[in-house]
Amino acid sequence: MPTLTFIEHNGTEHKVKGDVGQSVMQAATFASLPGITADCGGACSCATCHTYIDDAWVSKLQAAEGMENDMLEYAFERRDNSRLSCQLIISEEMDGMVLHLPSSQF
Amino acid sequence: MTLASVVIVGAGQAGFQVAASLRQEGFEGSISLIGDEPGLPYQRPPLSKAYLLGKIQETNLLFRPSDFFTANRIDLQHDQVTAIDRQNHRVVLASGAALKYDHLVLATGAHNRPLPVPGADLPQVFGIKTKADADALAPLVRSARNVVVVGAGFIGLEFAAVAAALGAKVHVLELGERPMARAVSREMSELFRQAHENWGVRFDFRQGLSSIDSDNGKVVAVQTNDGRSLPADLVVFGIGVIPNAQLATEAGLEIENGIKVDANLLTSDPKISALGDVASFPCLHNGEQHTRLESVQNAVDQARAVAARLMCKSAPYSALPWFWTDQGDLKLQIAGLSSGYDSTVILGDAAEQKMSVLCFRNDRLVAVESCNRMGDHMAARKILTRAPKLTAAEAAAVGFDLKAWEAENRD
Ligand SMILES: Cc1cc2nc3c(=O)[nH]c(=O)nc-3n(C[C@H](O)[C@H](O)[C@H](O)COP(=O)(O)OP(=O)(O)OC[C@H]3O[C@@H](n4cnc5c(N)ncnc54)[C@H](O)[C@@H]3O)c2cc1C
Ligand code: FES
Repeated sequence: MPTLTFIEHNGTEHKVKGDVGQSVMQAATFASLPGITADCGGACSCATCHTYIDDAWVSKLQAAEGMENDMLEYAFERRDNSRLSCQLIISEEMDGMVLHLPSSQF
Repeated sequence: MTLASVVIVGAGQAGFQVAASLRQEGFEGSISLIGDEPGLPYQRPPLSKAYLLGKIQETNLLFRPSDFFTANRIDLQHDQVTAIDRQNHRVVLASGAALKYDHLVLATGAHNRPLPVPGADLPQVFGIKTKADADALAPLVRSARNVVVVGAGFIGLEFAAVAAALGAKVHVLELGERPMARAVSREMSELFRQAHENWGVRFDFRQGLSSIDSDNGKVVAVQTNDGRSLPADLVVFGIGVIPNAQLATEAGLEIENGIKVDANLLTSDPKISALGDVASFPCLHNGEQHTRLESVQNAVDQARAVAARLMCKSAPYSALPWFWTDQGDLKLQIAGLSSGYDSTVILGDAAEQKMSVLCFRNDRLVAVESCNRMGDHMAARKILTRAPKLTAAEAAAVGFDLKAWEAENRD
């Protein structure tokens, strides 16, 4: 079970265990993480599961592409390391990954 | 006014969200969430798409794991509410028990309109509403060779795309003259008709069925209204839904195409709220006409509004309706409600399957339908919640870009 660390905008850290094959969004909502509303349930249709991948991890993931990239254009305060967490599927290699949360999803 | 107990009937998208939002807002009373489906509350959209295709598993449908309900003191009961006793503020359950409420929330959803033809009760004839439906359907769609889909609405077409992708010959019968006719513009219907035809789906418009034939208890053919026999080993229908308003009707609550609620989502009894697929509410984005919407957005936003009101943070419900459907590699997103639109402006290119249709009523933008143009959809959601400014003439100008216009016209 890979463990992910989410850091809220105010600096609060949350360690969340996820299952391989589950989306990062679902791991976060299953842990009732504040700040990920995920209104569409992972259909890449709402952009309320926005996260920033920590600098140390950015190079290990692909950048957002296609539909995700288009949706992100309208996420609140998009940055180069923005990803929609419903489109990130947890793998063993993600153990220890750090993600930051935006100040708002809207 | 602090409430001691909230009872929620229906543990679907809306009922679950009311319970979760109440706790998030700091509600400390008791919450009973009563659902008549087995298992933990789950989301329905993947049932006719990713889940049916086997792309996601059962646990990926769940909103929360079981320990969430314990930790948040949400008493999830697998039971059916059979009556509302308004005088004594309690509901009666099929198990015989009764539950007192300070406030009652009706989130009972809707059921599929049944197919009114002989043969509709055969085991290879399906509507898709529940996980149980999808689980029973999944192996059949993999072995089916000839599939007949009745109704070219969202769910029928999502299923048609899945069945075609899994290798079946798919024939869609639709009484109307184009796909998704009640929900989208002619231009968008046409894009989807062509896409489905490219995937091998055949359409028969202005066509219904008179019966489903079987041999040894198995579906073998569908008889069309004009007397043709279509080979079929599987029939899936999506011809609309009927709100689950019976409890409310029997309890004497006001009904009008579902349970009628006011701008605060309260029924004609101030101790009872209703929301989601079952509720007809005065919709700000539809000229305040009573409107019943079947969408995740509607269930979730109304649930948040009900929870906020129960925590005395009341504000009339005003969220912008939005919706999506995934068919094959096409994502259709709709922002706003296009009912009664009188002109359109097209952005993008139907041939490339990237197109947005801007729908105007009296030169006022009321809805934007986008196929594989997420940026337009998200821009539209912002534009439609502000004071109206964009005119059809402006949008029709050569080189008009909705996203750029949105960025230039922020408050
Ligand atoms: C196959 C499918 C695909 C969909 N795809 C999309 C999509 O892509 N995008 C989108 O926006 N929307 C989609 N929707 C619509 C969306 O899922 C619904 O609008 C949403 O689930 C409505 O939530 P609800 O809580 O009002 O009703 P439901 O989620 O239907 O929940 C109602 C629950 O109440 C239970 N119930 C009813 N009566 C009682 C009783 N007396 N006692 C106890 N329990 C009771 C029902 O069994 C049910 O479990 C789809 C729906 C389906 C069926
Ligand atoms: S959950 Fe909606 S886009 Fe990720």
